Amino acid sequence: MAAVIQSSPGQQVNNDTRHMRVAFAVLLAFFIVAPVVVYPVFLMKVMCFALFACAFNLLIGFGGLLSFGHAMFLGTAGYAAAHSAKVWGFTPELAVLFATACAAVLAFVTGLLAIRRQGIYFAMITLALSQMVYFFYLQAPFTGGEDGIQAVPRGFLFGVIDLSNTAAMYVFVLAIFMFGVLLIWRVVHSPFGQVLKAIRENEPRALSLGYDTDRYKFTAYILSGTIAGLAGATKALVFQLASLTDVHWSMSNEVVLMTLLGGLGTIFGPIIGAAVIITMQNYLAQLGAWVTVVQGLIFVICVLAFRRGIIGEVANMIRKPL
Amino acid sequence: MEIFGVPSQALFGQLLIGLINGSFYALLSLGLAVIFGLLNIINFTHGAQYMMGAFVAYLCLNKLGVGYWPSLIIAPIVVGITGVIIERTMLQRLYKLDHLYGLLLTLGIALIIQGLFRNEFGSSGQPYPIPPELTGGQNLGFMFLPNYRAWVIGASLFMCLATWFVIERTKLGGYLRAATENPTLVQAFGINVPKMITLTYGFGVALAALGGVMAAPIYQVSPQMGADLIIVVFAVVVIGGMGSILGTIITGFALGLVEGLTKVFYPEASNTVIFVVMALVLLVKPAGLFGTQK
Repeated sequence: MAAVIQSSPGQQVNNDTRHMRVAFAVLLAFFIVAPVVVYPVFLMKVMCFALFACAFNLLIGFGGLLSFGHAMFLGTAGYAAAHSAKVWGFTPELAVLFATACAAVLAFVTGLLAIRRQGIYFAMITLALSQMVYFFYLQAPFTGGEDGIQAVPRGFLFGVIDLSNTAAMYVFVLAIFMFGVLLIWRVVHSPFGQVLKAIRENEPRALSLGYDTDRYKFTAYILSGTIAGLAGATKALVFQLASLTDVHWSMSNEVVLMTLLGGLGTIFGPIIGAAVIITMQNYLAQLGAWVTVVQGLIFVICVLAFRRGIIGEVANMIRKPL
Repeated sequence: MEIFGVPSQALFGQLLIGLINGSFYALLSLGLAVIFGLLNIINFTHGAQYMMGAFVAYLCLNKLGVGYWPSLIIAPIVVGITGVIIERTMLQRLYKLDHLYGLLLTLGIALIIQGLFRNEFGSSGQPYPIPPELTGGQNLGFMFLPNYRAWVIGASLFMCLATWFVIERTKLGGYLRAATENPTLVQAFGINVPKMITLTYGFGVALAALGGVMAAPIYQVSPQMGADLIIVVFAVVVIGGMGSILGTIITGFALGLVEGLTKVFYPEASNTVIFVVMALVLLVKPAGLFGTQK
């Protein structure tokens, strides 16, 4: 992805982080005020997918690795959270932690395989691995097959706060979302993140400078999968449901689409992209297969004419990375 | 008669199904490899173009009364032309960019095509009859071989080998291989490389459509028929490595057989066995069985 991202201002090392603080404050303020006018469950859905897309973007936007199998982390964590909360009676924070750990383990195992190839092969391998995971969940007894795991209890946070209360759940999701996004921002701006960008721009050179590029890519892959798992676990608690939809490859397509539309390699792009795509699905839901057509069109338009994405264009206009 | 505790009829039956699936894996991964060789693009639309091939045959039969045999020629040409249009109008703009954009673009096109077909024909499958010349079958003593399936295996093997012959043994194929190595130099010799790229894409797509026509009487004709198949074909391509045409063909057929055998001995894993093989190959030989790592 180096070709485009080089031209995007989101990539420059910029010590001026004031406007970023403002942007984070705006983001937080938006999600605090928005429930007054927008249906909170819809906003929670947006936050889950936004975090999912941010995690995916960590890998492609900053590491240059296109994964076509990120649904496996979302879905695995969803099943783990749902099963542990419903069958084992975990409290919500334990269920989320356990599910995120499961996604991390899956990322470790699949990363060992996928990281052996680059570029297009990496994309195909992650796609194939996630399809394998999909078939596993299709047949595994604990997932409930086509029905999924339904009526997952949201439980009591720390044993005290009742999350079946929408307002409490909303704050819980918002906290996780902000934690995840800030974590990604921290990672991107750490020395680790800088090395990752160096690898994306020119892997042989990074290698010749003495960086063990495979280890960096592997770590980025695990981080990305783990945060995607965090999003999946939260999503399962919000909707009290874990189903095959979240593991299916079309979910992986969607996260690619959200990130591409919002802006590869930007911090806020995936959030905007997720919000746009989720809103669109909400309004076009009655139209059936036309949703697929519209998604395909957005892919084509983004690739042919709009490669910076929404936030990438804005960042280019104000000449500051976002 | 039993082999390893499995009735031989069942064993050979599954092996036959495996060979049939293998024929399609080989045809599709061959098209992908040919396209990748020259365009450096993984054609995500391949599954949708396979499906279009089947639908062209289906529409020819039901709207125009044109039967199976003419469809074998018509469908690849029609779908090949749409491929040429896609290459000329869209893919061409991406050659200077990262290859991943080609993947994303062709994914978008695949979604559009599949969505449009689903709107028009619904999600359920449409039956397509076996051509009358090929109904019935042969009793080989140890198993019953339906004529149509024998024809599919034979025809697909023939197409694969013909493609191999053209690419590896003719002058045209020589130009193609040279352009894969160094397009600028080949162009300097007065060969129209952009045109060759367009035709190569059209040809790869036509192979997919041919696979679709042959698949129509075996599987049902449905808008989703290529969507899951393409993922398996990707795994096949990773296992074989796209460096060698013959390697791609062998891998395709062999993996079909492996899948068939798994259905006999451990049916639960038949959906995943190809992905497991892929994981093992990546551990042992990351470049693929016949590939060379750049």
